[in-house]
Amino acid sequence: MQKWLAGLGNVRRYPSLMIGVVIIALFVSVAIYTPIAIPRDEGIRLWRGGENVWGENPKYAAPVWFDWFTKDRLPRTIIVRLGDGGTETAEVTNGGMKRVEISLPFQYVYDGFPDELKLFTTGSPEVVGRTVAISWETPDGRTIVLQDNRSLKKSDTYYISQDVDLRARLSGMAPAVGLFADPDNTEKSLKGDYRLLLTAEVPAAGELDAKFIEYGKIHGVAGTDHRRRDLIVALLWGAPIALIFGVAAAVGTTVLTFILAATGTWLGGKVDRVFQWITQVNLIIPLLPVMIMIGYLYDRSIWTMLGIVIALNIFSSMMLTYRAMFLQAKESPYIEAAQAYGAGNLRIIFRYLLPRLAPTLLPEFVLIIPTFVFLEATLALLGLGDPVLPTWGKVLENAYSGGALLKGYYYWFLEPSVLLMTLGIGFALIGYSLDRIFNPRLRTV
Amino acid sequence: MREVIKSLGRYAVVRAVFLVLALIVAIYITIMIANMGGALDKIRKAEIRQTVGMMILANPEYRQLPPEQRLELQERMVAQEEHRLGMDQPFFPKRSFQYLSNALTLRLGWAERMSSDAGSRQVRLIILERLPTTLVLFGTANLILFFLSVFVALFLSRRYGSLLDRLTIGLAPSSAAPGWFYGLFLILIFAATLRVLPWGGLIDAPVPETSLGYALSVLKHIILPTTAVVLGSLFATIYSWRTFFLIYSSEDYVELARAKGLPSRGVELRYILRPTLPPILTNFLLVLITMWMGQIVLETVFQWPGLGRAYYLAIQLQDTPVIIGITVIFGYLLAATVYVLDFVYAVIDPRVRVGAGERRS
Repeated sequence: MQKWLAGLGNVRRYPSLMIGVVIIALFVSVAIYTPIAIPRDEGIRLWRGGENVWGENPKYAAPVWFDWFTKDRLPRTIIVRLGDGGTETAEVTNGGMKRVEISLPFQYVYDGFPDELKLFTTGSPEVVGRTVAISWETPDGRTIVLQDNRSLKKSDTYYISQDVDLRARLSGMAPAVGLFADPDNTEKSLKGDYRLLLTAEVPAAGELDAKFIEYGKIHGVAGTDHRRRDLIVALLWGAPIALIFGVAAAVGTTVLTFILAATGTWLGGKVDRVFQWITQVNLIIPLLPVMIMIGYLYDRSIWTMLGIVIALNIFSSMMLTYRAMFLQAKESPYIEAAQAYGAGNLRIIFRYLLPRLAPTLLPEFVLIIPTFVFLEATLALLGLGDPVLPTWGKVLENAYSGGALLKGYYYWFLEPSVLLMTLGIGFALIGYSLDRIFNPRLRTV
Repeated sequence: MREVIKSLGRYAVVRAVFLVLALIVAIYITIMIANMGGALDKIRKAEIRQTVGMMILANPEYRQLPPEQRLELQERMVAQEEHRLGMDQPFFPKRSFQYLSNALTLRLGWAERMSSDAGSRQVRLIILERLPTTLVLFGTANLILFFLSVFVALFLSRRYGSLLDRLTIGLAPSSAAPGWFYGLFLILIFAATLRVLPWGGLIDAPVPETSLGYALSVLKHIILPTTAVVLGSLFATIYSWRTFFLIYSSEDYVELARAKGLPSRGVELRYILRPTLPPILTNFLLVLITMWMGQIVLETVFQWPGLGRAYYLAIQLQDTPVIIGITVIFGYLLAATVYVLDFVYAVIDPRVRVGAGERRS
């Protein structure tokens, strides 16, 4: 117990280690939580499912917490369905017809204006071809006719915010602005109860359904991208993928390199020379171009990439560094002693050589993890991200090629970047602290 | 002195031979990878078909022939040409070595979709056109990185434990992110928000008339990418080099030199910097090798019209000859980097000279 306490006190001397451990622990818990909360297939569905998965999300919406930093209340998405806020009244008229009136009321309490307004209608075969009149009622009692007689279809989307005719009638204001603007001060929105009214005369057997969506400017914890996808899915799923990719690649490369370097150095002679040749050749193979080539010619799944990263990094430059260290360790008296009592090659390598230098491996191992995490992002930025899984790199790529910097959607670019950066710094903090702990020469006074 | 030059010369030759061998193996592996999908084969066959088709079209004698006969003639000529080039032979071993010799002698063939700015479709010309811009950016950035790191590291090792020292060392984890990543942030800050520096590219449009204006414009465009490269590795490099300096400056002979009353600048240059240069250069070599790879993304992010950007474009256009051509060039550049540093290493480390041809350890 006392030993433990002493150890803890020792750790306290390295606050950066503590910070790093906390950061990594956070990411690990997210990485464990995500596959439980959003199973893999569900994650993929949410990320690649299509319009019916994310059709009700606004486009390019900032995260909701943006609201905390602005004076105004930014508009959120409002969805009014028939039966969910909306009501329908039908009145039988002569000739087997009925007059249907659908009222979609909602309350608008936000400052500023929404981006998009859409009205979705669906109708049974009987109503197809009939017409509907759509009007807009504002809190101050004005009624704006949106459409006089829009013909009904089986399924129809009325893009209110893109109605050029309506724009002209709103004296040039974009419909999403003009419909909400305060007539006295068109810079500001008029808050209160609005109502969208649909009236149609249809055969008595006909069914009509309507849904109105006001797309807000903020949505979800992480906002949405150019395809209305909720970014949180990708940000959450990015954590396990980044961790697995980084750690697996680091284990695959540093540990294997370490063992091979020890083996080569200990056996010496031909084995050593062959290992050195392979390393020299490997240094000249351009890693990233080859990976890009493989991704483009064969398969770009993240697991293939992982395999290639490991294969091309086993005989990396670290081989030279480790070899130099093992050459020194090889001459130690205790190795000679082990030989003297008749220990075999395997025993000497695994029981004597490797443990001796393991402390130098550990910081190296931790420090190299971020390199691979960023390698995944690099590949994704070049368009070679995993075809199905959502990753941070792919969000970054979308943001970059979608012009997030140019158009000012900074959240879209910053979210994956900050996550990548934090994870990288977390590992780096641990790595550098371990370096100082295991290499006492570097210990700060 | 003559002995030294002789052994240095021998070392240079031995290393060159070894690196050429390594390069051959590396390019051969690249070719094997590129051909496993049959991609290069298909391209070459398509190339032959195209050349033959053009030949037939260009010859007035054949123009009179009915279409079926012309098609038959084309097939016959394609088969002949394929036979001539050995395409009817199995890929391994014969043809793969042919590709190797083509790549090594830089006969890189013709691009499928890309062309150089001057309008040529030769892969070699496309590459030659882009190489200088890449070298300018890469050279500038890495020279700054090297000298800045050496001086800051030396400076900090002198003020070991001071606030400045601890602050810089505390920044070492920042190098976990690569240069292009900082590039995006720099663009966000200096181009998107402050609007003081260009978003990317090599030069203003329209291109300035005077050469001074030209130079200034390039200078303005090179600031952000260079800063990105330097930021990406600066603090980790300083950290590791400072460590080298600290280790060497606690050696007994340094203490002795100090005790003798030598000026501290002389001690630093002759007793600390000199013996640390070999490990520092090795370290720098490895940084450079990683950096060559980073060039592809960096140039893409900054729209820098260099080799890396061309590579990215080639991927997007799926232009295999260009992809393979640039991969080969990257191989050459890596080999050249290794060679130059090996040589510099030999010049500054007397031990290497003695054991010419042997690997450093």
